[in-house]
Amino acid sequence: MARYIGKRLIYMFITLALIATFTFFLMKILPGSPIASADKLSPEQRAVVEARYGLDQPLPVQYFDYMFGLLKGDLGISINQFKGANVTDVILSRMGPSAQIGFQGMLLGTVLGILFGMVAALRQNTWVDYGSTIVAIIGISIPSFVFASMLQYWFGLKWDLFPVALWKDGFMSSVLPSIALAMFPLATAARFIRTEMIEVLGSDYITLAKAKGASGSEIAFKHAFRNALIPLITVLGPMAVSILTGSLVVEQIFAIPGIGEQFVKSIMVNDFSIIMGTTIFFSVFLIVVILIVDILYGVIDPRIRLSGGKN
Amino acid sequence: MEKILQVKDLELSFHTYGGEVKAIRGVNFDLYKGETLAIVGESGSGKSVTTKSIMRLLPEESAEFKNGEILFGGRDLTKLSDKEMQKIRGKDISMIFQDPMTSLNPTMPVGRQITEPILKHQNINKDEAKKLAIDLLRLVGMPKPELRMKQYPHQFSGGQRQRIVIAIALACNPQILIADEPTTALDVTIQAQILELMKDLQKKIDTSIIFITHDLGVVANVADRVAVMYGGKIVEIGTVDEIFYNPQHPYTWGLLSSMPSMDAEDAKLYAIPGTPPDLLNPPKGDAFALRSEYAMKIDMEQPPPFFKVSDTHMAATWLLHPEAPAVEPPEMVIERMKKFPGSRYYEGSAN
Repeated sequence: MARYIGKRLIYMFITLALIATFTFFLMKILPGSPIASADKLSPEQRAVVEARYGLDQPLPVQYFDYMFGLLKGDLGISINQFKGANVTDVILSRMGPSAQIGFQGMLLGTVLGILFGMVAALRQNTWVDYGSTIVAIIGISIPSFVFASMLQYWFGLKWDLFPVALWKDGFMSSVLPSIALAMFPLATAARFIRTEMIEVLGSDYITLAKAKGASGSEIAFKHAFRNALIPLITVLGPMAVSILTGSLVVEQIFAIPGIGEQFVKSIMVNDFSIIMGTTIFFSVFLIVVILIVDILYGVIDPRIRLSGGKN
Repeated sequence: MEKILQVKDLELSFHTYGGEVKAIRGVNFDLYKGETLAIVGESGSGKSVTTKSIMRLLPEESAEFKNGEILFGGRDLTKLSDKEMQKIRGKDISMIFQDPMTSLNPTMPVGRQITEPILKHQNINKDEAKKLAIDLLRLVGMPKPELRMKQYPHQFSGGQRQRIVIAIALACNPQILIADEPTTALDVTIQAQILELMKDLQKKIDTSIIFITHDLGVVANVADRVAVMYGGKIVEIGTVDEIFYNPQHPYTWGLLSSMPSMDAEDAKLYAIPGTPPDLLNPPKGDAFALRSEYAMKIDMEQPPPFFKVSDTHMAATWLLHPEAPAVEPPEMVIERMKKFPGSRYYEGSAN
């Protein structure tokens, strides 16, 4: 296991280096300059600003400078969006709210989704099943901004249960955005668990469990559930990344100072180091989550217990 | 001998989109204490459905008992609630399935799979159950049972997995063990080992076995009595010797003729012509009539009743009717009948 993780870490490092390189050159190909109102500056003024951020150097030099900085954990400084602030600090300060609503949304969505899916599978082709399918379809097809607005209107404005927007009241502020974010994982989990449970419930070892005298709930929870989880984990991993790293739309609607909102703004103002930093941050996150998912597979399914090569 | 299970006039249908499939159309048999009853027949003849209906393992929403009863311990199993059945399954009646590769839960250590029915049906604690499970593994011939308790099914071979399934089935010393083609998915050398093991264990725990198979070689090896099923009915039932050496039903003749034989090396292996009947619209008369060269007019019109051949031997064919013309069974069957005292071709003992 340790050997496997070591091997994976090396691959992760290579993947990251490739992503950083690719993003770096893509950014350089993009037209426009990160220096605000560049047109109004005289060539001399411009040269001074460019020298300050190392933009006057030849491209290969800039590239290696950046990569060496990365090795030291230095993501550079913001050029215009946060005027000279350290990129790492910017990302970390913005990550908090995103991670909180993301985590709450994931947790709520997955737990409810699994529950819905299980019930639907166990009561296949009854109204419970159809009801859960309808919830799943709604969750997948209604965009989160429609859902978010509805939550704001009913729970925020009409019944005044939660703040409509802004990040001021701690947990209370996080409730509505979390629910809005939970819809998609809920729908996905419900669909996956239902399909997989139905398949697992039809397998021979479930018949054997029944032949042993196991009751309906023992069969569902002791025998079927764990076997039905595997495909869900595959999709939940990457989905967790996209949700934890901030849903742009939901953050925008609820006016939450999250990382998604900041990322989009940095693209609009062409803040090179922030874009690079955030991209790399997202990549690290995704790669780590994928590693965790792979390890989880082994925990759930002994047939895919991992080992570094042959045992 | 003591009857442990009685199946009487059992009729069962499946409700499908195409209509009502009459999978079992009046099955009668008794199971005696300590015996092995083999049920043979081709795919779709109803042998698995019959045994699954005894265990009530058929999907409740599509399978329906139309008639008859299954008497076990003074109770009719067709009428019990699922709760009551749970107390019988795995304790009084247990089952071994065809494919050991898929019949164990892949994400549960085998030890837990064996202790599950023990903890469920016997009033003992976890440590004692574990000890019992280790003993069971040793009983079914698993080396290093303590070590293997923690392992998962994929760490065992097919034969070993079937041994585990047998250990699970025997965990509570059941009165009836239903083995649904337990050796079909195993290779021949392992088959022999598993059969030996089952015979051995049957003596040790004194259980009755219902053994489903389509392999007549296996039947000759394990069974005391044989029931031949065709088209959802038993067409002939008797002791092994009676079925093998004095068969009466044309379908049994066909089955025996299609067995590869050591003597007939150059002959082409016989196959019964045609296909099994469509149980969505079962034939009016003898279900085998359309495939039988011995069919008479009445076979198309009326289902044959059981005719008694001996106290232990019955066959449902109009050929046994006093007014039926005498027919010659296939040559290969006559050869067999020559060895059976009481058959009309008996030639006396060979020496």
